[in-house]
Amino acid sequence: MSAPDSRRPQPWPIRVAHWVNVPLLVIMAMSGLQILVAYPMLGPQGRPADWYPLQGVPPPEWARLGDWLAGARHWHFAFASLLVLNGAVYVLYLALSGEWRRRLFLPRRDARDAARTLAFYLRLRKHPPSQGLYNGLQRLAYTGALVLGLLAVLSGLVLYKPVQLGALTAALGGYDTARALHLGVLACLALFTLGHVVMVLLHPRSLAEMVTGGRKPDA
Amino acid sequence: MPRRLLVPRPPRLLGATRRDLLLGAAALCLPACDSARPRAGFLGAMERFNARLEAALFDEDQLAPEPPAEELTPPGAYPQYFISEMVPVAPANWTLRVGGLVTRPVLLTLEDLQRLPRSGYRLRHHCVEGWSAVASWHGVRVRDLAQAVGASPDARFVEFRSFDSGYWSSWDRPSALHAQTLLAYGMNGAPLPPEHGAPLRLYAAVKLGYKMVKYLTEVNFLPEPTGGYWEDQGYEWYAGV
Repeated sequence: MSAPDSRRPQPWPIRVAHWVNVPLLVIMAMSGLQILVAYPMLGPQGRPADWYPLQGVPPPEWARLGDWLAGARHWHFAFASLLVLNGAVYVLYLALSGEWRRRLFLPRRDARDAARTLAFYLRLRKHPPSQGLYNGLQRLAYTGALVLGLLAVLSGLVLYKPVQLGALTAALGGYDTARALHLGVLACLALFTLGHVVMVLLHPRSLAEMVTGGRKPDA
Repeated sequence: MPRRLLVPRPPRLLGATRRDLLLGAAALCLPACDSARPRAGFLGAMERFNARLEAALFDEDQLAPEPPAEELTPPGAYPQYFISEMVPVAPANWTLRVGGLVTRPVLLTLEDLQRLPRSGYRLRHHCVEGWSAVASWHGVRVRDLAQAVGASPDARFVEFRSFDSGYWSSWDRPSALHAQTLLAYGMNGAPLPPEHGAPLRLYAAVKLGYKMVKYLTEVNFLPEPTGGYWEDQGYEWYAGV
């Protein structure tokens, strides 16, 4: 663990991937909502999914991109490949650089720390557990966001090619289930982003580090 | 007396105001990403890349699974789409014209079509709007028709035309000749109803709904694609699933 400790908090590939992700996610979310407007229900035609609270309610106009269904689909498909490319570069960098060790949630190492940090946030503990770059709860959140991204891509592939990728369609429970999952993932990613921004506002130094890279711990 | 407004002079970069530069950057981006004209600029380039990717992903041997009978969409719940203001009704002397690069161009009556080999499938329909529905269809496979009329290998595209206010679409040959691409004259075991494209419609497992032309009048085997009703308004031409 000595090599990662001498690294800057945010190496440049992490920062580039992070900031490239911001406009891409916004474009994907907004064009996706415009696509949803064409059929704002999640069940098959004639059998709406009753468990979905916003059944039949179109998303607000300010949150949409692409003007109409055809335009929104072009935006969505054009930028989906860039998003996947950015995500693949990020994951590859995590794996090859060893950064995954200080960023990913490893249950045996991080579970107790995550529980203690949560207890601190809930004011059940007076002091936060001591932490390095990230605490266990942060690692859980960031790893969860990565899993959400993977689910978004897999369910998106099902909606894109339900027949050619028939095995994947079956694995995700069918076309309509995949469509519900795709929207559910968007809702979870939006909640993650909200929490993420709140935490950054509470700890502005992390924003500076994500811009400049921050200082090496031993510098 | 005119009053002088105290507006600070905006900072200039190489003679242009920052506002000019921002507008310029926006103008550069606009033709690249224009939702009303998705065939232009960056979106258009990505769409052509996407169509090539879809054609590469297409596997002619990959059959869509047939959903179980209990997943059939209830009668009346299956959407009825057409372009005309009323349900289009075929003329009494209706025939299907098959032409283009074929050795035996023909006019086929419904009885002629029913004498050709009959195929049927229960399939899930994927609409570009996002919904899906299940029905079974029977009729003549386009590949059997292509064989019957002697379609030339140079015909790399197939165009389908209708009497529904001239609605049409053109397809890549591999998708048209897919084993589950039918000229359907029946739905759910009964003759095709007028709301679903009687007397003859296109039905396929491998394309989005708007590619499946109803109320057919013509099938043409062609060397070039000819666009389509929705495709020319901006929807994807390949539109595979």
